[in-house]
Amino acid sequence: MSAVISAPGSSVVVRRRSTRVRALWLVAAIVVLVGLACLSVAVGSRAVTWEEIGLGVTGHVDTIGQAAVYKRVPRTILAIVVGAALAVSGAVMQGVTRNPLADPGILGVTMGASLAVVTGIAWFGLFSVQGYIWTAIVGAGVTAVAVYAVGSLGRGGATPLKLALAGAATSAALTSLISAVVLPRGDIVEIVQSWQVGGVGGATYEPLATVAPFLVVGFVMSWGCSRWLNSMALGDEVAAGLGVKVAGARACAALGAVILAGAATAVAGPIAFVGLVVPHVCRLLVGVDHRWLIPFSAVVGACLVTTADVVGRLIAQPAEIQVGIVTAIVGAPVFIAIVRRTKVREL
Amino acid sequence: MRAATTTPALADLLSRARSRRALRRRIVMTALGLGIVAAFLVSLMVGHTFYGLDDVWNVILGHEVEGATFTVGTLRLPRATLAVAAGAAFGIAGVTFQTLLRNPLASPDIVGISSGASAAAVFAIVVLGLSGAAVSVIAVVAGLAVALLVYLLAYRHGVAGTRLILIGIGIAAMLNAVVSYLLERSSQGEYQEALRWLAGSLNGASWTATVPVVLALGVLVPVLMSHSRHLGLMQMGDDVAAALGVRVEVARIVLVVAAVALVAIATSAAGPIAFVAFLSGPIAARLVGPHGSLLVPSALTGALLVVVADFAAQWLFGTRYPVGVVTGVLGAPFLIYLLVSINRKGGSL
Repeated sequence: MSAVISAPGSSVVVRRRSTRVRALWLVAAIVVLVGLACLSVAVGSRAVTWEEIGLGVTGHVDTIGQAAVYKRVPRTILAIVVGAALAVSGAVMQGVTRNPLADPGILGVTMGASLAVVTGIAWFGLFSVQGYIWTAIVGAGVTAVAVYAVGSLGRGGATPLKLALAGAATSAALTSLISAVVLPRGDIVEIVQSWQVGGVGGATYEPLATVAPFLVVGFVMSWGCSRWLNSMALGDEVAAGLGVKVAGARACAALGAVILAGAATAVAGPIAFVGLVVPHVCRLLVGVDHRWLIPFSAVVGACLVTTADVVGRLIAQPAEIQVGIVTAIVGAPVFIAIVRRTKVREL
Repeated sequence: MRAATTTPALADLLSRARSRRALRRRIVMTALGLGIVAAFLVSLMVGHTFYGLDDVWNVILGHEVEGATFTVGTLRLPRATLAVAAGAAFGIAGVTFQTLLRNPLASPDIVGISSGASAAAVFAIVVLGLSGAAVSVIAVVAGLAVALLVYLLAYRHGVAGTRLILIGIGIAAMLNAVVSYLLERSSQGEYQEALRWLAGSLNGASWTATVPVVLALGVLVPVLMSHSRHLGLMQMGDDVAAALGVRVEVARIVLVVAAVALVAIATSAAGPIAFVAFLSGPIAARLVGPHGSLLVPSALTGALLVVVADFAAQWLFGTRYPVGVVTGVLGAPFLIYLLVSINRKGGSL
């Protein structure tokens, strides 16, 4: 009798506790992010005093130190929003494709966005940030559909191996096409080159303000689909049985992920592995529920890109290493670890 | 009684089929060879200044021809030679890997070995300030190290092809980031230079870069050829090969080392020319048919691909592209086609 009564009770306790644990992790991640953001403003190739930091953040640019701090603020914000966008995009792509290796970089989506932007700059005189963002989103969407189509042909549907290969092949093709578009145009090589490796260095407030609405829409769409993503993790049939319109839910979530990846690429260039690594780490901490996973991924992704930016500034003084290079060097080993852990049959 | 009457007919049929296959193979290889010679000569003749076949021939023979001796002898001849040599090296090494691992996707450029050689070459040139043969040696060592690393990381209760390929892709992404970083740091971060080491380019080919590749081909192709029978047997499985008298472990090490060395030396001279190692084998298999060794046909296919692509890259468009951009743009659709057909039928060359 007592067992019958206590069983549901204990399960409620477990759920509550895990909610508290998740909330704790989320708060902890936000605290870390705030700390990293302060670090990112304070540290760089130019050593600055506390006084200069205080004045620089409040908009004074009287000394070189203050000006350096002043320029680090938008850069930090850009790192935070790009990291959050890419991580959420990766989490949603992993959910939609039920594939542990999905990531906007690995699936070639960021390269598709890049090619679209580069083509726009070179051939259609694209120059506004607004234009970059729309073009990037279209490029990302087309690439995502194409890669998924190629990767899901044949036996077993979209297995991790097939999707990763289709993405790698598409990335390689798109990289060559980008070169083919850029090389004849000496006048745009510099713009494209700095943007190509994935950087937040030249950030200013204006593109940030332009990209913000897109990121908000993408995030809301992704988070709004999290219940459906949870159901679809059990398989399409089960999800349909639970009342989810699978095709529509998948399209909505994928569109959110594409908007996030495209908009992030438009302002910071293609950055790989953030979307892959972050959701895996987050799943270990807060579990597989997308309602928690998506916001938590956003915070941890922001932490990762901010850290990558700070590390890139510190280890190569007085030069800087682009964020995209740091995330690739950190992210590839995680990718390999995930591959090693996955059973061959599931690849 | 009945068996006795049919057997000679069957044997006759089989031998006729075999000779038809041999004929097809001979025709394809001759056509590839002629194609290479023709493309080689055309790329020596055509340029900003056109030189006739007689001028080109005289330069090759070592006679002094005004103007042509410099343009053809110093600029075009090493470039065309490097195109043929690097293409052949990538082709034969690629098909060795694909056959050894029984997977068309397991070519050195996809599993990260080319990227390793490329990163090492950039490191040797930019950071250590080396040039010439020393760069090749470092590239070979790095290529072997990456091959070993990918193999060890993929090893978990045996090596599965799929895991090896995915780990190779990860390693390649990391090494390409290292190349980008080294080039940026060196402040000679020109886009052209970056492309050379990420996609492959023959710009700036000289005899100092070309000779090591030709020498490596001269030494290592015979090594691979002498093992081609073993390679064919090992494709049927290690146990079968061992039962038929192949010392599998020794053969495998010889084949891998020779193939990695070829890829690395060619990469240190021309960069990892995109997709050539990957594409030559499957294209050659489609040309000569499924029987017999693919080593020589792949080498010929690779050489022809690179010579033609380099010629097209230089002269067909308004801009002089690096060869890797052209092989990348042309190769990727074929790669996707291969992926689709592999996904449909299961993997084979």
